[in-house]
Amino acid sequence: MAQHQVNYASTAGLPIALTSVDKLVNWGRSNSLWPLTYGLACCAIEMMASGASRYDFDRMGTIFRASPRQADVMILAGTLSKKHSEFARRLYDQMTEPKWVISMGSCANTGGMFNTYATVQGVDRIIPVDIYLPGCAPRPETLQYAMMMLQKKIRRESADMKKNTKQDLTTQTGKKRARLI
Amino acid sequence: MRKYVPKDNVQKKAYYTDRFHVVPRVPRVAVEDAHFLSVVNAVKADITDSYVEIGTLVLHIKPEDNFKVLQVLKEQCGYTQCSEQSAVDYLAKDNEFELFWQLLNVTEAKRVRVVCRLANGAAIESVESLFKSANFAEREMFDMFGIKVNNHPFLKRIIMPDDWEGHPLLKTYPLQGDEFASWYEVDKIFGKEYRDIIGPENRDPSKIEREDTKRFSRVGYEVPFGAPYSEEQTDIEYSETVLVDYNKKPSKTLDKRR
Repeated sequence: MAQHQVNYASTAGLPIALTSVDKLVNWGRSNSLWPLTYGLACCAIEMMASGASRYDFDRMGTIFRASPRQADVMILAGTLSKKHSEFARRLYDQMTEPKWVISMGSCANTGGMFNTYATVQGVDRIIPVDIYLPGCAPRPETLQYAMMMLQKKIRRESADMKKNTKQDLTTQTGKKRARLI
Repeated sequence: MRKYVPKDNVQKKAYYTDRFHVVPRVPRVAVEDAHFLSVVNAVKADITDSYVEIGTLVLHIKPEDNFKVLQVLKEQCGYTQCSEQSAVDYLAKDNEFELFWQLLNVTEAKRVRVVCRLANGAAIESVESLFKSANFAEREMFDMFGIKVNNHPFLKRIIMPDDWEGHPLLKTYPLQGDEFASWYEVDKIFGKEYRDIIGPENRDPSKIEREDTKRFSRVGYEVPFGAPYSEEQTDIEYSETVLVDYNKKPSKTLDKRR
């Protein structure tokens, strides 16, 4: 039985890996990114496709959660109307720290083709965004790439979230900084 | 041979001619159909004009008669469905709205449009007790045009938020919104004092803030993320590995026939 058992003590030393707390914590955070099941428009169809079996987010440890209390990532997938902006912000506020935001598609990034009175011109007006994902709509591969970019970003961050700078919601540089996060 | 059309001014003409297709007026035909004639006779006392447009009977009425006419059409002429009800803004032209009700007779497969002109600020009687679909249609008309509907069971905004100001389908309403609309989400979520901090909406998709080194990078003048803007030129380093020399012979040939 167990012919393949490795004798750690005799071959490669004890099974000990040396690392820093930052790396260990970020390894855990980045490999279990749980996004909120939250779709706004047609980008949400692509987001669902990314989660389904063909593109399979689960293999990256990305599992959609139905409650903001259990989610780490908010994927704003689609056009955010002004009527709905209040609720999107409320969902963001309900998520527990640490939390990250992906703005998916042209509409979420800048308002896109909806240059009208009823659409929020870029979700970064109300929510600090970590990854801007271009496309109309971005393909599932693009969303996967954005997820991997977010993982990369998280791995570079400090485990202490207070040390990490969030995007400020100001449009003019060098002026006031909004403390809205 | 093709008809000659002068082309001297073709390029500039596009700038001063109307960009939008102007729909030609549909011919108005006198009512001849037997069923439509019976409909016109049933409401003869209340209509001001009647004609047929592309197979649809159009009845012009006075705004105060709308409930009476629609009741006759529903109960005597078999128009049991109200498929659409809304208004058209003619405020600039006549200071009036044109209200219309599209009715459908399922057994006869005929449609009737009831049209009336409503003065600005006047209210219309609800037909919700006749057609259930008028409930949402009238709410939408109230939301989009601000036309008040008397005796509606629940007259409140249906599409825009309840605390919205203005009626977006009026022709005077700007497409990109008035001041209230452009600050709506900021006012609601953060409060009015955050207007200065968050800044106005950027409606220009190609806008670049050159001094913003967090969002933009200027080619040839790159600085690290968030570092202050610099006019000092940075050297562009080209990598030789990108350039492939196709004339170079491979070092060894595996297959002699190549």
